[in-house]
Amino acid sequence: MKNSKWNLRRIWQDFYLVIIMIFLYAPIATMVVLSFNSSKSRTQWGGFTLRWYTEMFASRNIMDALQNTLLIAFLSALIAVIIGTAASIAINSMKPVPRTILMGITNIPMLNADIVTGISLMLAFIAFGISLGFQTVLIAHITFNIPYVILSVMPKLKQTSRFTYEAALDLGASPLRAFFKVVFPDILPGVLSGFLLAFTMSLDDFIITHFTRGAGINTLSTLIYSEVRRGIKPSMYALSTVIFATVLILLIISNFAPHKKAEQ
Amino acid sequence: MGQSLIDLVNISKSFDGTMVLDDLNLSVKENTFVTLLGPSGCGKTTTLRIIGGFEKADTGKVIFDGTEINDLPPNKRQLNTVFQKYALFSHMNIAENIAFGLKIKGKSKAYINDKIKYALKLVNLDGYEKRTVDSLSGGQQQRIAIARAIVNEPRLLLLDEPLGALDLKLRQDMQYELIRLKNELGITFIYVTHDQEEALTMSDTIVVMNQGYIQQMGTPEQIYNEPENAFVADFIGESNIVPGVMLHDELVEIFGAKFACVDRGFGVNKPVDVVIRPEDIELVEPEQGTLTGTCTHLIFKGVHYEMEITTPDGFEWLVHSTTLCPVGKKVGLRVDPFNIQIMNKPASEDEEAVGVNE
Repeated sequence: MKNSKWNLRRIWQDFYLVIIMIFLYAPIATMVVLSFNSSKSRTQWGGFTLRWYTEMFASRNIMDALQNTLLIAFLSALIAVIIGTAASIAINSMKPVPRTILMGITNIPMLNADIVTGISLMLAFIAFGISLGFQTVLIAHITFNIPYVILSVMPKLKQTSRFTYEAALDLGASPLRAFFKVVFPDILPGVLSGFLLAFTMSLDDFIITHFTRGAGINTLSTLIYSEVRRGIKPSMYALSTVIFATVLILLIISNFAPHKKAEQ
Repeated sequence: MGQSLIDLVNISKSFDGTMVLDDLNLSVKENTFVTLLGPSGCGKTTTLRIIGGFEKADTGKVIFDGTEINDLPPNKRQLNTVFQKYALFSHMNIAENIAFGLKIKGKSKAYINDKIKYALKLVNLDGYEKRTVDSLSGGQQQRIAIARAIVNEPRLLLLDEPLGALDLKLRQDMQYELIRLKNELGITFIYVTHDQEEALTMSDTIVVMNQGYIQQMGTPEQIYNEPENAFVADFIGESNIVPGVMLHDELVEIFGAKFACVDRGFGVNKPVDVVIRPEDIELVEPEQGTLTGTCTHLIFKGVHYEMEITTPDGFEWLVHSTTLCPVGKKVGLRVDPFNIQIMNKPASEDEEAVGVNE
């Protein structure tokens, strides 16, 4: 009796989990399946094909957008990591009150609605006479990426003892050498996951890019948006699938890489 | 013993308006083992960090071998520090840790390898070159931290409570090892601790500090046997501190009883503080004692019994003795004249606050 009751409960638990998973992933799964569908219909399966993928790779527009996306993601993540790490070190050595205030300020852009960030960046660029294009998208992405870098570097920095830095100084290292030889290896996992997080955020962004890109430059997300308005093509499913897969892989790496390092 | 290696002259330091060191003067001779001893917050670690160059004094001078080094950064000072939390570099192996300072100085590979071998032998960890930091126990990590410091052949080694995190047995072993290292290497040691036993065991000179002031400076024997004030007497070992009146030279009155002592020059009928160590009180038959009291508390401690003898005036005397006095029994207390230490009463309340409170 007891056993069957327990079994029933177990079944409900699994059922609930499955429902949640379906809600979350069914739409994405549909898109992935359709990207391999040889029929243009959204309801009928016409057989497996890679045609939409070849079409996607043959399209000049898509390839340009892909190049822009990757370049902006890489550059903005790299620059954000340098600025963000330096900022974390400064914030970490502050007294508690200014530190809390500054952490609050750096957190605001993350909580802020993207549309507000996007519009205000656009207005600022126009007001200061900076023409919209590749450079403004890059600056915008660096701006919203810095808080994510700080967020992932800060905890690592808090774990490192200030005494190891002092010990390096004590043994004759200059402050710069002491940092790169002793502190940096300790916070490297945080810096790397900050980089991956920033890269993903940049890859993922649509709204802020949309407002700061100006005419003539597209990233994948803005390209998809403008294509969809003209009627959706299956090669867009393929493109979206590739973006989803890339983001998923990056997220997995950034989630698991630092933990592995810490466990060693 | 030669020239003084380091001099602190009129050093003051405050953090956020709290005075940590107040006009401190300290001179350390070459080739000595000096211990800064005091409760937490007494300024001993700050003193060490000022010598190491990690803190800047607000006023005063730090003089190293005759040269003022106030503005010299830590990496340019001819001294090394062993930190409380070891501060080993966890992403490097043991050999790389020890080689860190030597590599910066641009020493040859052969020289560095020789030095690593020598240092590991010195701290009894031969063959540990390739081990990782995490695979070592606390005591072993501590010894590596010491090895890492001494391969640089500093003239002065600063140690900030290096044995604080170790268990009792290991701590005692390390104490002997530090004494051996000091004798073998001829380096001057400045050692910070709050453990009075550690200080008494290892030091040539003990500097007792409290609330940013030096309370007393002297050999372990002087500090233990002739504490200059109630704080030192209380902090170093256990003691009975009782109010008394110095009737005249070599005679002091405590609770109405007259005790012969050896101190002179306190004046006539002068109120004083009297220090008597628990192990210096002899238990005798009631009629032979200078004071009589009743045993109110008894614990067996192994080497001796610890007893509390309450005299009629209500004072509880702490007594360490191999003579057993059961609870409730009347007993006489007797003290040899040379075991009575007389101290001036603090002149003002302010001075008392400095002296007695932690």
